[in-house]
Amino acid sequence: MIAASDKVEEQIDEETEFGFWLYLMSDAVLFSLLFGTFAVMSSNLAGGPGGSALFDMKNLATQTALLLVSSLTIALAHHAAHTGHLARTLGWLVVTCLLGAGFLGLEIKELSGFVAQDAGPGRSGYLSAFFTLVGTHGLHVTAGLIWAMTLIAQFLIKGIGLRMTSRLYRLTLFWHFLDIVWIGVFSLVYLPEFL
Amino acid sequence: MTENVSLLFGRLGPDALPFYSWVAFSGALVTLAGGLGFLILVTWLGQWRALWTGWLTSVDHKRIGIMYIVLALIMLVRGFVDAIMMRLQQAMALNSDGYLPPEHFEQIFSSHGTIMIFFMAMPFMTGLLNYIIPLQIGSRDVAFPVLNAISFWLTAAGAGLMLISLVIGRFSTAGWTGYPPYSGVEFTPGVGVDYWIWSILISGVGTTMTGINFIVTILRKRAPGMLLMRMPMFTWTGLCSSVLIIFAFPALTVSTVMLALDRTLGMHFFTNDSGGNMMNYMNLFWIWGHPEVYILVLPAFGIFSEVVATFSSKRLFGYPSLVYATTVIAILSFTVWLHHFFTMGAGANVNAIFGIATMVIAVPTGVKVFDWLFTMFRGRIRFEPPMKFTIGFMCLFVIGGMSGVLLAIPPINYSTHNTTFLVAHFHNMIIPGVLFGYLAGYMYWFPKAFGFQLDRKWGSRSFWFWLVGFLLAFMPLYALGLMGMPRRMETYGNPEWQPLLIVAFIGACLILLGIVSLVMQLWVSIKQRDALKDTTGDPWDGRTLEWSIPSPPPVWNFDSVPVVTARDAFHESKITGVVLSVAPEEEPLLIPRNSTVGPIIGAAGFCVGFGAVWFIWWLMFAGLALAIAAIIGRSFFDDTEVEVFPGEGAESI
Ligand code: HEM
Ligand SMILES: [Cu+2]
Repeated sequence: MIAASDKVEEQIDEETEFGFWLYLMSDAVLFSLLFGTFAVMSSNLAGGPGGSALFDMKNLATQTALLLVSSLTIALAHHAAHTGHLARTLGWLVVTCLLGAGFLGLEIKELSGFVAQDAGPGRSGYLSAFFTLVGTHGLHVTAGLIWAMTLIAQFLIKGIGLRMTSRLYRLTLFWHFLDIVWIGVFSLVYLPEFL
Repeated sequence: MTENVSLLFGRLGPDALPFYSWVAFSGALVTLAGGLGFLILVTWLGQWRALWTGWLTSVDHKRIGIMYIVLALIMLVRGFVDAIMMRLQQAMALNSDGYLPPEHFEQIFSSHGTIMIFFMAMPFMTGLLNYIIPLQIGSRDVAFPVLNAISFWLTAAGAGLMLISLVIGRFSTAGWTGYPPYSGVEFTPGVGVDYWIWSILISGVGTTMTGINFIVTILRKRAPGMLLMRMPMFTWTGLCSSVLIIFAFPALTVSTVMLALDRTLGMHFFTNDSGGNMMNYMNLFWIWGHPEVYILVLPAFGIFSEVVATFSSKRLFGYPSLVYATTVIAILSFTVWLHHFFTMGAGANVNAIFGIATMVIAVPTGVKVFDWLFTMFRGRIRFEPPMKFTIGFMCLFVIGGMSGVLLAIPPINYSTHNTTFLVAHFHNMIIPGVLFGYLAGYMYWFPKAFGFQLDRKWGSRSFWFWLVGFLLAFMPLYALGLMGMPRRMETYGNPEWQPLLIVAFIGACLILLGIVSLVMQLWVSIKQRDALKDTTGDPWDGRTLEWSIPSPPPVWNFDSVPVVTARDAFHESKITGVVLSVAPEEEPLLIPRNSTVGPIIGAAGFCVGFGAVWFIWWLMFAGLALAIAAIIGRSFFDDTEVEVFPGEGAESI
C-alpha cells in the first residue's frame, strides 16, 4: 500500500468535511419542508385525536434530555480523539450510543402507543405529518447510531489517526444537527400542545 | 388494500405481463430483445472482463461521464419512440380510437415526460459535467470519485426500473407530474404510479450526491491560479446547477415520499378525505420543478457560451455579466414556482406577484442572448455542427421566450394553461434550449473524449432535421392551443384540428431522421476514425484547459497541473507562445482504484425500488441491507488508491 502523505490526507479530509456540510444543508432543506408540511396540516385532525390528547410531557422531557446530553458526550468523544486518548474516545462513544438508543427506545414506545390507541399515521393528515416528521428524525438517529458503532469498531482496529478523527468530526456534526432538528420538533410540534 | 399480497412475490403475478395491448406487448419484446442482445453481444465478443474492469467498476470521472451519456442517448431513443407514438395516435384519432387503448396512451405521455426529464436530460447533463468540468479546472478527478460512481449507478437503477415497467406491470397514467388526487390509490391503484415514484426517487438520491460532489470539486480542486472569475462559463453554470440541485431536490424527495406513504401505508398527505391537502403537493413538486428547468438549462447555456466563443474565434463578450446573469437566474428560479398553478385559486395578487417574478427572469436571460450575439459580432465564425445547434437555439429560443412571457400573464394563462399551447411552449424551451445545447456539447467535446472528430456532414444533416422537424412538430401546437385543444387527448371530434396534428406528426418523422443522422454520424465517424483523428488534442482551436491535453486524456488528466494566470489561459499561451507553467509535483501521483461499490449499490437500489413497487418487502429490506453493508464495508478499506507514473501504460489501468 502506498501511504498518502499527511498533507494530501488532510486535504482530502477537508474536502470531505466541506462535502458533508453541503449534505447537511440539503438535509436541512428536507427537514424544513417537513416542518412546513406539518405546519400546513397541523389542524387537519379529521376528527382524530390531536397532540394535546396524545403527548406525554414526561416522555418528551426524558427524550429531550437524553438527546441533549448525548450531544455533549459526543463532543467529549471528539475532544478525546483530538487529543489522542483512545480509551476515553471509545468510552464517550459508547455512552453516546446508549443515550441515543434510549432516545430511540422512548420514541418507538411513544409512537407504537399512538398506533395502539388508533392514532396511527393513517388516522388523519395531522398524524401523517407528525409521524413522518418525527419518524424521519428517528431514522436519522438510527443511521447515526449505526455510524457510531461502525466508528467504535474502526477505532478498535485502526487506532486514532487523522482520518478517524475527521470521521468522528463529521459524525459529531451530524449528531449536533439532529439535536437542532429535535429542538425544532420540540418547540414547533410538541410545545404548542402543552401551552 | 384489496389486492392479494403474497409473502414471496408481493402483488406480482402472471397478470403483470403486458398482454393488454399488442403495442405494449411489442414494446416489451423490443426492450427485452435490446437487453438480451446487449448481453449476447458482450459474451460473443468476449468482452465481459474489459467491460467490468474498464467501465462498470471504474471510478474515473471520464468513464462515468461517458456511461451517463450513453444512458441518456438510449433513453432519448425510448422517449422519442413514446413521442412519435403519441403523434401518430393524435394524427389518426379524429372521431375514432386510433390504435392505442386510452389507458396505454396515458402511460405513454407519462413515461415520455418522465424519461425525457429524469433519464434523458438529467444524465446527459451530468455526463457532460462529469467529463468536462475536472478537465476545465485543471483537476485530476472529481472530489469524491466513488460517490460519483454510486450516483451514476443509482441513476441507472432508476432508469432500469423505468424500463422494466414496460415488461413487468404497467407505468403510471398520472402524467410526469403525478398530481394527486388522481395519482392517489383510490383513483389509480396498481403499480404504475409506484414505478414512477420509485424510479425518480432513487435516481434523485444519486442526483443530490452529484450536486454535492461538483460543488466541492469546483470550489476545492481548481488548478493554482484558477480564480472564480477565471473559470470557464460551462464550469460556472455547472456550479450554479449543482447548487440548485442540493437545494431543490429535497423537495422532490419529500413530495414523492409523501405520495408513496399515502399510497402504500394509507397516510393522508394528499388525499381528498381525512385531512389531506392536495395543494401542498403542487407546492412541493414545483418548488423542485421550476428550479429543475434551470438545473437543465444553465449548463446548456454554459455550452453555448463555450461554443460561441470558440467558433467565433473570439473572447466571450461580457463574461462578468454572463456570470452574474447565471447566478441571478439561479436565485430567482426559487421564487416563481407558483406560476405552474395560477389557475388553482391562489388569488389575483399572489398570481400577479409570481407573474411579475416570472417575467423578471427574462431579463438576465436576455442579457445572455446579447452577450452571445456580441461575441459573434465581427468574429470569424466557423459553422461547425456545434455552432449550428447554437445558432439554431438562439433563433428558436426567442419564440419560446415570448410565448413564456405570454403564459406568465395570469389572465392569458387562464385560457391556455391546459392546452397544447403550453406543450408547445415547454418543448420550445427544452428542445432548443436544453437538448440542442447538450447535442452541441456532445459534438464539441467528442474528439476530446475519443481522439477523433465526428463527421461534419451527418452532424449538419442532423441539425437541419432537428430544426425543421421541431418547427413542424411544435408550431402547430401553438395554433392548436389557441384553438382550444387540451393537452393529453387520446381522441377528439374537431375536424379542424386534424390537419395540424398531421403536420405535427410529419415534424416528428423529421426529428426521427435527425436521430437517425446522429446514429449515422457516429457510425461513419467510427469507420473513418483514422482519417478523422485528432492528433493535437486541440481540434477546434479551443480556449480552455481541456484542449491543452491529449485526446483522449490520460487517466490522470494532466501530466503536470498547469498554473493559470488569466481567463482563457490556454488560448493566451497559444497566442503569446509562452507555454503554461506547471505546478511542481510534490506528491506521488495517486489515482483511485476501481470499486465494486457503485454497481452493488445500484443493484441494491433497484431491489429496493422493485420490492417497494410490488410489495415484495423482503427484497426491499435485502436491498437496503446490501447498500448499508456495502457502505460500511467500504469504509473499513483504506488501500483505495494506486500510484501511477505519467508516460506509462495508460491502457493497462
Ligand atoms: C424529440 C421530440 C419530442 C416530441 C415529438 C415530443 C412530443 C410530445 C407529445 C406529443 C407530448 C404529449 C402532449 C400532450 O399532452 O398532448 C409530449 C409531452 C411532454 N414532453 Fe415531449 N416531445 C419531444 C421531446 C421532449 C423532450 C426533449 C422533453 C424533455 C426533456 C420532453 C418533455 C415532455 C414532457 C415533460 C411532457 C408532458 C408529459 C405529460 O403530459 O405528463 N419532450 N411531448
Ligand atoms: Cu416554472
